[in-house]
Amino acid sequence: MALSSEDVQRLAHLARIEITPDEALEVRAKLDRIFELIGEMRAVDTTGIVPMSHAQDVAAPLREDKVTEADRRALYQRDAPAVANDLYLVPKVIE
Amino acid sequence: MLIAPIAELAAALAKKRISSVELTQEALDRAEAANRRLNAFITLDRDGALAQARAADARIAAGDATPLTGIPIAHKDVLMTAGLRTTCGSRMLENFVAPYSAFVVERLASEGTVLVGKTNMDEFAMGSSSETSYFGPVRNPWHLDYVPGGSSGGSSAAVAARVVPGATGTDTGGSIRQPAALSGVCGLKPTYGLCSRYGLIAFASSLDTPGVFAQTAEDCALLLTAMAGHDARDSTSVDRPAEDYTRDLGRPLTGVRIGLPTEYFGDGTEPAVLGAIDKALAELRRLGSTTVEISLPNVKLSVPVYYVIAPAEASSNLSRFDGVRYGHRAAKYSDLLEMYMRTRAEGFGAEVKRRILVGTYVLSHGYYDAYYLKAQQVRRLIADDFRRAYEQCDVIIGPTSPTTAFPIGDKTDDPVKMYLNDIFTIAGNLTGAPGISIPCGFDGKGLPVGMLLQGNHFREALILNVAHQYQQATDWHRRVPEGYAS
Repeated sequence: MALSSEDVQRLAHLARIEITPDEALEVRAKLDRIFELIGEMRAVDTTGIVPMSHAQDVAAPLREDKVTEADRRALYQRDAPAVANDLYLVPKVIE
Repeated sequence: MLIAPIAELAAALAKKRISSVELTQEALDRAEAANRRLNAFITLDRDGALAQARAADARIAAGDATPLTGIPIAHKDVLMTAGLRTTCGSRMLENFVAPYSAFVVERLASEGTVLVGKTNMDEFAMGSSSETSYFGPVRNPWHLDYVPGGSSGGSSAAVAARVVPGATGTDTGGSIRQPAALSGVCGLKPTYGLCSRYGLIAFASSLDTPGVFAQTAEDCALLLTAMAGHDARDSTSVDRPAEDYTRDLGRPLTGVRIGLPTEYFGDGTEPAVLGAIDKALAELRRLGSTTVEISLPNVKLSVPVYYVIAPAEASSNLSRFDGVRYGHRAAKYSDLLEMYMRTRAEGFGAEVKRRILVGTYVLSHGYYDAYYLKAQQVRRLIADDFRRAYEQCDVIIGPTSPTTAFPIGDKTDDPVKMYLNDIFTIAGNLTGAPGISIPCGFDGKGLPVGMLLQGNHFREALILNVAHQYQQATDWHRRVPEGYAS
């Protein structure tokens, strides 16, 4: 199953990574190799096998619904690319 | 002095034969010299380290020292260190100064260790050679044109070159154990959940595991004892009673059953590697253990399974790097979408982008079942193989890597060639079980060979015991590359 350049551009868009047509060509070739590798796994019979998403069978730990975090905005925003009035600045989203 | 392992340095510090300031000074000098040839460090913190060293000396004088107080160490640059740059080897975080420290960093600091600097690594921990770093490749101290392994190559090279006697790493698919093997040092990946991932910049959350590099199994045990522990800030952190991982080091190996997977000793592994492992097994039998052939029929599927799961998780974890709150932001963009697309195109290197794209694909509509779900099912098959194997043996042993170190640039054309480096280590991440790689010989080029000892979940004390006993009877772990022995 080889990827088309449209596939690659679609994935790049989903991943929000701009890629040039030259990069797309190179990426395509390498991705095809990787999907060849993954193909070996797809051939295995896994009927009835429960997927394993974690090393340990643990439930999500619960805690009391109490505020435990302090306000560290100044520290976290110290090196932000663009901040004003404690808000992160980005280009206009809504017209 | 820095040629000695931690246990010896601690004794020298206690007896006041040397001070932490002297030790740290030496480490910093060696780091600077080594960096000119090895590029093992991204950031060195001279002032911070010397201040910590002075504090450590005061603690030692006050009789308040731990076995690690005053010891210079380094952290892999994927672990957050408050006030110090933390880059993950990436342009995306080139100037990012961490606002808080990782749990394992805090733990080691509270023991009184001295942080010399942050080590170089494959970008965002994605790699097996430490060649993809934005800051340039790391070189193997045993042969400067060769890779030290990856992704924690800076840490393994720093310990191999005796810059620091201990360094942290992280292991998601083999990134501690494989560079340990290629660099000729000990590298321990603990059980998943034993060391908190808080402050470890995430690559693949179900696989990432903080761990250590050192010259000896004993030193690994000392460092692990300090680093392990429950942390409520990591929801996958296990809550179990604290262990002293040095407690069983001295046990004789009589009665220990070593499992040898047929699949680990076949084609595809260099003869020199197999030869060194055979000699090591003979030594382990001489020390009283028995060996039994076992089979892990699905273990070869580890690599494809990993290259679905890890990129999938990475594509999710790395979506936070969007130029909004921290890290790189593109200079030119006309709208928000372009800001995201350019920031990420500029900030990430080629391998990281590839893996994000693979991950995006396997999680996308129409492909999730065929890829991601399928991989999780095969993961269960692999885990079941290991579970069955541990009914017949206590420890599983084999080569850490199918080859010794390779030349820089050798495997960068075909990603799959690079991925196959991890064929023996990846299963340990998929199952979450612990493993340690220790030196056990050299090939014809003088490059180190590593032996991988794996145990069942939470059996770190056992694999450290086997490693330590082997190291009492052999001296591979004492070898130092030329130019770094004094």
